Amino acid sequence: MSLSKIKFDKKIVLSFWIILIALIIAAPTILPVFRLNLLGRYLSLSIVALGVDLIWGYTGLLSLGQGIFFALGGYCAAMYLQITSSSEFPNNIPEFFALYGVEKLPFFWEPFRSPVFTFFAIWIIPALVAGLIGFLVFRNRIKGVYFSILTQASLLVFFNFFNGQQKLINGTNGLKTDVTQLFGQMVGSESMQRIFFWITAILVIAAWFFAKWVVKGRFGNILIGIRDDEPRVRFTGYNPVIFKTIIFSIAGGLAGISGALYTVQSGIVSPQFMTVPFSIEMVIWVAVGGRATLLGAILGAVFINYAKSLVSEALPASWMFIQGGLFILVVTALPEGVLGWIQGDGPRNLLQRFGLKRKIETYPSLEVNNKEGNNE
Amino acid sequence: MELLLDSLFNGVAIGSVLLVAALGLAIVFGLMGVINLAHGELMMLGAYTTYVTQLIFKLPILKPFYNSYIIVSIFLAFIVSGVVGILLEKTIIRKLYGSPLETLLATWGVSLILQQFVRSVPLAYGTGLVISLLIGLFLPTTFPSKIKESINFKYFKFSSWVFAALTGVLTGSLISSSVSKLSRASARNVDVTAPSWMRGQVEIIGTAFPKTRLMIIVITLISVIAITLFLNQSAWGMRIRAVTQNRQMSDCLGISTEKVDIITFGIGSGLAGVAGVAVSLLGSVGPNVGGNYIVGCFMVVVLGGVGNLLGTVLASFGIGIMTDLIGAGRLLSIWPDMPLPLSNTINFFATTSMARVMIFALIVIFLQFKPTGLFPQKGRMVEN
Repeated sequence: MSLSKIKFDKKIVLSFWIILIALIIAAPTILPVFRLNLLGRYLSLSIVALGVDLIWGYTGLLSLGQGIFFALGGYCAAMYLQITSSSEFPNNIPEFFALYGVEKLPFFWEPFRSPVFTFFAIWIIPALVAGLIGFLVFRNRIKGVYFSILTQASLLVFFNFFNGQQKLINGTNGLKTDVTQLFGQMVGSESMQRIFFWITAILVIAAWFFAKWVVKGRFGNILIGIRDDEPRVRFTGYNPVIFKTIIFSIAGGLAGISGALYTVQSGIVSPQFMTVPFSIEMVIWVAVGGRATLLGAILGAVFINYAKSLVSEALPASWMFIQGGLFILVVTALPEGVLGWIQGDGPRNLLQRFGLKRKIETYPSLEVNNKEGNNE
Repeated sequence: MELLLDSLFNGVAIGSVLLVAALGLAIVFGLMGVINLAHGELMMLGAYTTYVTQLIFKLPILKPFYNSYIIVSIFLAFIVSGVVGILLEKTIIRKLYGSPLETLLATWGVSLILQQFVRSVPLAYGTGLVISLLIGLFLPTTFPSKIKESINFKYFKFSSWVFAALTGVLTGSLISSSVSKLSRASARNVDVTAPSWMRGQVEIIGTAFPKTRLMIIVITLISVIAITLFLNQSAWGMRIRAVTQNRQMSDCLGISTEKVDIITFGIGSGLAGVAGVAVSLLGSVGPNVGGNYIVGCFMVVVLGGVGNLLGTVLASFGIGIMTDLIGAGRLLSIWPDMPLPLSNTINFFATTSMARVMIFALIVIFLQFKPTGLFPQKGRMVEN
């Protein structure tokens, strides 16, 4: 019996939520600003991890290109912030344009003057791009590793494009957000960062519930069906292309939100968000936390990143070894991830290996009968 | 005419680097269905092998043969990358056959470790480690069959590993004491200088060709011919093809699929090492040198169709020529008075990075029409 199926007492659930909310409210006063900022960033990364869990854990699509959507969301937010705080610069356009001698705002910047448009663009644009890429790939029944390779190639396409276009979006340097203004306050200021932390925390919880809702019921069952046996799903009369495209664009939208939150908290968006290693790292957060356990994705993203910053502060060279080892370990020894291992019979099996007998779950009188039948 | 020749040569030069890099990948991916993301790092090992060989050939004893170091390093790189590849197969990939996505993640982990390894371990000791691996893996296979079949074989095996470790430590410290450049770990890029006979240019029909590029084309040509002959003419080549076509049936007919896997993976990794030698001639060598090629290699394999060497060859030369045409804006010089919007578009894409954008976009469009590449595998399976 898995942990998730145990019905907790309502009081326990309620007190858990009260403690969680109290922690979120209190965090800015307990933690120093630097740590709070890091925690906020990692929480926003956990939203993109939720998306990876949806497409990889539930649908079996290993995307190595989530960085595209993550960075697109970040760029949308940064463009809005840059353009609203550009009134004191020449030509009323962001400062960096002057470096390249651009005098007129490129046309695609115009809509980002509107906060409403930006609010929707942050998640709709990545979702649309994801939907388009996904549809083109899934339509041809390209799947498995081919899908992974193609997403990685698209990641490089976007990276090269954003990296090379100085005159449009400031190329390699990226767009800075920490010195811009939002509602009359500096985005990089302490009070703003505190608000962003709260927004992030709320959105992580909201995204978690959303993801839970997505995988519940028939839609979720079809996703799992696609993961386990796609031809059979197709022969049963469902069109996997539609479901895969929808879930891929949902993951893209989540990545966009995550990217926007990450950008405002780290103070810059740059093509570095679209490098190959970063996108593969997202997969390892989910793999370590536990595939197809949504909570595992969140915990994996937060804890691995936290470990990364701690290890990198102490021993900079060793993180690559640890990360590489994690990849190998989680694939060969712990394929369900930590949470999946706990929810399965992992701990009890481990205890058994050390000689501790596990308790027999059936009644002694029934033991003589067919055990498996009774356990069901 | 001259322009066309120049363009064709450049395209073939770019394509042959891609081809020699993708060849090993095509074999491993096409024949075994294994995605090896550490392929780029095996290339990097080959490039570093060239560097180490070059420094060792500068020692007084070997100085007279200095000019031939590049030839020696091709073989050494093949062996070094091949041994590391075999070790990889024996320890990790063997457990993951049939689950390509897991292999992908595990090999990415391996690639991270290899990258950090060349950064933080002195190259001399790295060489020693590779030598001990080589001896440890291959010494037991050379024992006479009388020993191999005896019960005490495991002790012989163990003692050969001890011998290997000792030899490795000794060579490592010998190299580090005699070549000071190799005795410290450094994350900086290193440079391989081509021997004097490979510098300069050759003139053919009025056009000058750099010799290093010609050398790379020759290396590629030899690798392709050798691998084709091996697969089609030798007994092991036949076994490899048989296992590719039907693993269970080959197993039933007495082919050791385990050995076939090791040999295939070893050859594929070894070819990555050869590609590393070629890459080291083009620019400086650093821990990230392989990462620049890996995605391009995968595109070649996907475009060419899996398990087909001809497709790989055509795809890499196609990509090479297209990269040159787009990246250098050659269409403009061939057709100078084209309409303005078109020439603007071509100018927009006439840089190396934007040419890459264009090429990948073209490949994705191409796959819309032929999802399984130029030469798809025939079959009526639901899953392929």
